Amino acid sequence: MLKFSKLQWFCLKTLVFIVCLSPFLSIAWDAFNDLLGADPIQRLHFRTGDWTLRFLLISLAMTPLRKVFKSSLPIRFRRMLGLFCFFYASLHLLVWLVLDQSLSLENMLVDVPESPYIILGLLAYTMLLPLALTSNLASMRLLGPNWQSLHRSVYLIAVLGLIHFFWLTKLDNTEPIIYALVLGVLLAFRWPIIKRLWHRQ
Amino acid sequence: MLIKKKSPLSDNDVTPRQHYDNSRALISASRRSFLTRSSTAMLAAGLAPSTLWAGDKIADYLASESALKSELTPYEYVTTYNNFYEFGTAKGDPVVRAHTLKTKPWSVSIEGEVEKPGVYDLEDILKRQQLEERIYRLRCVEAWSMVVPWIGFPLASLIKQLKPTSKAKYIEFTTLYDPEQMPGQRSGSLKWPYVEGLRMDEAMNPLSLMATGLYGEMMPKQNGAPLRLVVPWKYGFKSIKSIVKIRFSETMPATSWNQAASGEYGFYANVNPQVPHPRWSQRRERVIGASLFSPKRNTELFNGYADEVAYLYKGMNLKTFF
Repeated sequence: MLKFSKLQWFCLKTLVFIVCLSPFLSIAWDAFNDLLGADPIQRLHFRTGDWTLRFLLISLAMTPLRKVFKSSLPIRFRRMLGLFCFFYASLHLLVWLVLDQSLSLENMLVDVPESPYIILGLLAYTMLLPLALTSNLASMRLLGPNWQSLHRSVYLIAVLGLIHFFWLTKLDNTEPIIYALVLGVLLAFRWPIIKRLWHRQ
Repeated sequence: MLIKKKSPLSDNDVTPRQHYDNSRALISASRRSFLTRSSTAMLAAGLAPSTLWAGDKIADYLASESALKSELTPYEYVTTYNNFYEFGTAKGDPVVRAHTLKTKPWSVSIEGEVEKPGVYDLEDILKRQQLEERIYRLRCVEAWSMVVPWIGFPLASLIKQLKPTSKAKYIEFTTLYDPEQMPGQRSGSLKWPYVEGLRMDEAMNPLSLMATGLYGEMMPKQNGAPLRLVVPWKYGFKSIKSIVKIRFSETMPATSWNQAASGEYGFYANVNPQVPHPRWSQRRERVIGASLFSPKRNTELFNGYADEVAYLYKGMNLKTFF
């Protein structure tokens, strides 16, 4: 079991934070320097969407890692990783709202009903929002055992997020298939829990 | 009609030399037709020395005065943002990988319900055609668009020379099949070779263009060299690239995207904001090369060419025949 001093913890967490933020810095740099290419809105959609899925999968990997390495270290980063997933999901939504829809309700009212993958994305984000809001210690205490039940909805969110990705590709599904395989492995670790949740429905 | 010498390109826009190694034969073909014309303005334009890859410029074509000229998508994007699955499914794949395509010599096989079937050398086809510039908006089924100054000749003019029989109701185009030259064909993303088609009256419409170049130059390989179709009122996938076969038939051809997903990509594939793709809206389009904050463009019925083509679909339910 690793033992860290308070300072070491602070340094480690800061380091992880900066690493998690670096995709955003890279995206922002490219956006400000006009380096997003021919179809900048699409590029922003893909890059923020990719990092949302990646952080979702990385945060889902922490519990299995704890079991594999018999160390609580991964769990101590789970919240930060989950919040980064939410951060990139929020950017993804913001790109859609501001750049794709020009903040026009009229645009959204015609686009959304005609685009099932957007409906799924919005649903997944709506489900992610309460998880981000209750990710603090006070909420954990307040919700008690319900906290864990609530946060298990992340499995469903991950599945919705992936279908969202599958539904917007035209033909080449290579990328979403890779994400799906990783998610499959991560969910397999929780198979007993998922089976129980499924039967309770 | 004015002839202009255009040099809208900077050094940064230059596509590597290897992409153009095949162009001289086509230039000489176009020179031959050049000699048959008399206007001194054209002579001046044709003989003016070019500062940029002299051999790659098309010397002789009728320039367009289309109002779309002010909306031209930069050359850099037209030639680097391509859907050409024969070279990979990413937009940036074709510009990197299409150099393996050998466009010289190139021949086109004419088959089916036609009086003059046979294998024609592309040079012989071009000899009989007057090249002209056509500035068209290209609307992709993926909800983006660009404006391209194509150079080519009307498909109708070729069809008239080939003399299809009265049985010819459709025209079918086939792209080259050669996985050695087109590495994307090694993967099963689509059924190869790529096939597209038009109804005969669509093909005869004056807007239907057989393109051999763009931006005053020979067609870059990633854009479908040496000969491609451009049907501006239909989604981009109808505008088949690197054509080696043209077949006239009595029955509707089985086209590639329609076979890949018949519920999503119809034979007609007319641009229509009222008919969504089953998975996304077609009401608006991202304009390639536009700034990040410029709003999307409202997609127009038949991509803005309704006046020219709406008669073709009179009485047809465009939702059923998408």
